[in-house]
Amino acid sequence: MHALEECHAGAAKEFGYPAGFVPGLLDPDRATPALVAGPNGKTADKRYNVYRNNVTVSLIDALATVFPATMRITGEAFFRAMARFHVRETPPTSPLLFEYGRDFPDFIERYDYAQSMPWLADVARIERAWLDAYHAADAATLLPDVLASIPPERLCDVVFEAHPASRIVCSAYPAVTIFSANRASGPVGRIDTTAAESALVTRPMLEVEVRRLSPGADIFLPHLMAVEPLGKAAATASEHCPQFDLATAIGTMLEAGALTAIRHGG
Amino acid sequence: MSTKSTINAAFLAGAVAAALSSFAIAAPLTEEQVKAAMDAGKEKCFGVALKGQNDCAAGPGTTCQATSTVDYQGNSWKFVDGGTCATMELPDGRKGSPEVLSRDLPS
Repeated sequence: MHALEECHAGAAKEFGYPAGFVPGLLDPDRATPALVAGPNGKTADKRYNVYRNNVTVSLIDALATVFPATMRITGEAFFRAMARFHVRETPPTSPLLFEYGRDFPDFIERYDYAQSMPWLADVARIERAWLDAYHAADAATLLPDVLASIPPERLCDVVFEAHPASRIVCSAYPAVTIFSANRASGPVGRIDTTAAESALVTRPMLEVEVRRLSPGADIFLPHLMAVEPLGKAAATASEHCPQFDLATAIGTMLEAGALTAIRHGG
Repeated sequence: MSTKSTINAAFLAGAVAAALSSFAIAAPLTEEQVKAAMDAGKEKCFGVALKGQNDCAAGPGTTCQATSTVDYQGNSWKFVDGGTCATMELPDGRKGSPEVLSRDLPS
């Protein structure tokens, strides 16, 4: 019993310093923590501000690296100001910086000054999906001849396994066109389309690919990836989207490598 | 009213057949073709990237992205089309290489 108490006291001592040091780093309204002092007990506001600055700037830099097209659209000053608000509101929860920014698209959607760019959050969602696809596990993609080998009468009940890199971003705006134009190295010309574009993000081999999904395919594929049988996913998409073309959707998912294998029913 | 939850089996088979025969499919058909596509695809090429433009888009907090500090740095690489790496002509007689090079290292 005594030993256990000692152990707890040791832990409190060990974590006491960060608990006092950290909260002020992303909150400019907090005073410099009392446990930070200069030589001869002088206040250390300037010294502590160096840490504040480094933490804030490095997190804004991380968002700028994950969301380059978003930053190109808004310009650097707008992006960094927006990112600073987000960094203070939602600090990272993982020590792996490449995982940061999953909540940033939702923040952009709510951000007052971005309301004139309603498509900006969806472009950011594609960018985050891009990096997630990049870091996803490698897996072989479903080969067309495997699908061709299934007897026609069993197709309805076939269930597929989603490829670990596959992501779908639904958008009511031409998000894929805007994303692609701003990720390319050339100048961005006038974008005239207003058509809704949902994105399919995959990484069949080494490189991440982003495609537009045909109407209804953005309903069909998520259902298929949620391990629903082929017949049921196709029926759901046709019900909700009269223009849904099943052959085109199957062609796209094979070409993109959105699936990896047949789970059962084949 | 119950929602329709099945689709005509013949229609489904027709759609799958149409997708498989479609010219739109650029996906490899068999394991051998996947391997061939990998081999013919991009290969790492050392010593050809301009500073800060080496490939590896792993994102923030990783050590490899856009970290080369001199042009044509010998130990940084870019993806190039398969088979083209060693034929690249660079300023002052430099060539690309699929292996790490010891030239143009940052001092």
